[in-house]
Amino acid sequence: MLEERQKLTRRTLLSRGVAAGAAFIVGTGFVTGRDAAWAMELEHLQPTTMATLIQMARDIYPHDHVADAFYAAAVKGYDDAERAPIIETGIAGLDAAAQGAGFASYLATGWERDRVDLLRAMEDSAFFQTVRGGLVTGLYNQKAVWPLFGYEGESYSKGGYIDRGFDDITWV
Amino acid sequence: MTAPFDLNDDQVVVIIGTGAGGGVLANELAQKGVHVVALEAGGRHLPQDYINDEWDSFGQLAWLDARTTSGDWRVAKDFSGLPAWIVKAVGGTTTHWAGASLRFQDHEWKAATTYGPVQGANLLDWPIDPAEMAPYYDKAEDKLGVTRTGGRDGLPGNNNYKVFEAGAKALGYKQVHTGRMAINSADGDRVACKQTGFCFQGCKWGAKWSSAYTDIPQGEATGNLEVRDRAHVLKIEHDDSGRVTGVLYADADGNQHLQKARVVCVAGNSIESPRLLLNSASNMFPDGLANSSGQVGRNYMRHMTGSVYAMFDKPVKMWRGTTMAGIIQDESRHDPSRGFVGGYELETLALGLPFMAAFLDPGGWGREFTTALEGYENMAGMWIVGEDMPQETNRITLNHDVKDQYGLPAPNVHFDDHPNDVAMRNHAYGQGMAVYEAVGATRVFPTPPYPSTHNLGTNRMSENPRDGVVNKWGQTHDIANLFVSDGSQFTTGAAENPTLTIVALAIRQADHIAAELGRGTL
Ligand SMILES: Cc1cc2nc3c(=O)[nH]c(=O)nc-3n(C[C@H](O)[C@H](O)[C@H](O)COP(=O)(O)OP(=O)(O)OC[C@H]3O[C@@H](n4cnc5c(N)ncnc54)[C@H](O)[C@@H]3O)c2cc1C
Ligand code: SF4
Repeated sequence: MLEERQKLTRRTLLSRGVAAGAAFIVGTGFVTGRDAAWAMELEHLQPTTMATLIQMARDIYPHDHVADAFYAAAVKGYDDAERAPIIETGIAGLDAAAQGAGFASYLATGWERDRVDLLRAMEDSAFFQTVRGGLVTGLYNQKAVWPLFGYEGESYSKGGYIDRGFDDITWV
Repeated sequence: MTAPFDLNDDQVVVIIGTGAGGGVLANELAQKGVHVVALEAGGRHLPQDYINDEWDSFGQLAWLDARTTSGDWRVAKDFSGLPAWIVKAVGGTTTHWAGASLRFQDHEWKAATTYGPVQGANLLDWPIDPAEMAPYYDKAEDKLGVTRTGGRDGLPGNNNYKVFEAGAKALGYKQVHTGRMAINSADGDRVACKQTGFCFQGCKWGAKWSSAYTDIPQGEATGNLEVRDRAHVLKIEHDDSGRVTGVLYADADGNQHLQKARVVCVAGNSIESPRLLLNSASNMFPDGLANSSGQVGRNYMRHMTGSVYAMFDKPVKMWRGTTMAGIIQDESRHDPSRGFVGGYELETLALGLPFMAAFLDPGGWGREFTTALEGYENMAGMWIVGEDMPQETNRITLNHDVKDQYGLPAPNVHFDDHPNDVAMRNHAYGQGMAVYEAVGATRVFPTPPYPSTHNLGTNRMSENPRDGVVNKWGQTHDIANLFVSDGSQFTTGAAENPTLTIVALAIRQADHIAAELGRGTL
């Protein structure tokens, strides 16, 4: 994703796109963060659909200390020919539910709790369960995410923890 | 060297599966000069290949062939295609196991007598007594190098253990220590544990016992054992007299071969072993091999399990060091005043962040879930393992609607919790949470069971051929030269992790088979 960003400079990105909700800018074939810290080019999904999906991913597993780029990476795989139609239909359903609740779209809601209410109402659907289930590995199995939770990962190459604090807590 | 052996060599003992049961049996027989062909569905992975990464390791080692589930157990909802967490590799699930190695308590060999009738439970006494098993437990502990037995020191306690021990002592528990573990606490044949914390992913140091790099190569070194990896057994063949004559298997390229045999020993773990007997049905044995009792596949046990994780206001970093070296044994006694028969153990357990996300609260989402994971660094964890009730209706059957890669019906695993299991689990959750609350936990998580790691009982051992599939030697009641050599022999499950007992039974079975071969009676 960061490589893609080099192709599209911050200024061109922002000038070629329009705001989608508070967090995203979408334009033809791309979605980016408001700060253009990351960007994703799309082949199959509508950019607004992807922006909504990224927001949905955050609302399912909200971690305020984890940047959007990680959520974007977690759902990027849905931009393929086979899976895009399911996502388009699912996100259309989510937007329809948002409109039913008086919002212009899912992304147009302000409070997280309004979006969570919409998600709770559809949590048994195959679409929701596919997205949620995929995130369990898509988000938490990203090695770059681990340090944000303190997890240290692989330890064999460092000789294990025998000399690196396997029993270092002193508060008990 | 006599190995490798010819497909038409009808004097060999064929062992199916090379895990705790099959791997040990293969070596023990080879040491006695018996010619053995061990067929293993999985590939050969050794310590240098193991991966310090939970999902990558799972992809490398786990048994992922088609399986289905039914019943009221939560696994059927949370992990419907993955009833069990079992390995497909040379060494079987001993690559993944944590190494907790406990003997049964004496009374657990006689569950029916000790507990009396329990409604809905198919309790039965084992046809073996504790005294008979004692010398085999000694041998098994020596083979595995179990800490706190045979003069071996215990492992040092890691951070997760320190929290657990402090809570246990505050609660007044007395039998609390770093476990009897098949992990070296000192350099010997295997090196001492380096506290890397990836015991479930295959120990890259080889500090933990696994048949993959101990018994299997030891057996091969005798020249009497040939291990064929990526050899998946499809069917056991028999002759008109009802004796088994060999096995049909598919090699890595899918080509089928028939290996002749004098004796066949089934050790594919408690889902595949009964499935293979059922899939081997013939005109002579329409209900499957060795199934005149109708008990093949029944009485599936998985231990009463669950976990308790707890959050503290300070770091624990539970992932550092051994995954399971810590135990509270005070609740393992049989004491019906607690509202259930049998007992349970509490054992330390740590998961990495990726597995924690998958297993802490399967299906959970939203801030209740994410705030829990955000406290990952401050979490401690334990696993509950207790005796579950054998039930005839908890069983492995053939699901003719779902086929595996060879076109054979997949196994369906049906499991309903028995009320005794539920009562015991609730008691254990209460005690586990109390342990952590006693040392200042700010939040506790009574976590539901994972896919089964302990799979037992589906070819149960019985005195009377009417009640079970195999006799006290693991020999099938119906077919003299067909044996069962894994955890599916278990008559009842006891509270303890099963592998030490599987290994002790395999050593004992090897003595029996070698003696009978010597006498010419097999
Ligand atoms: C994560 C984890 C942790 C564990 N921790 C502990 C612990 O601390 N203490 C403990 O006592 N137990 C533990 N266990 C359980 C322990 O690993 C098992 O009880 C034990 O390995 C079972 O031995 P087995 O011989 O019955 O089967 P396995 O060890 O599973 O071996 C069966 C072998 O048969 C092969 N096979 C199956 N079908 C076929 C076929 N048709 N053809 C050819 N080969 C076939 C499989 O590929 C496999 O290699 C743990 C298990 C897991 C998953
Ligand atoms: S903690 Fe010890 S036993 Fe476990 S994998 Fe590391 S070295 Fe091996």
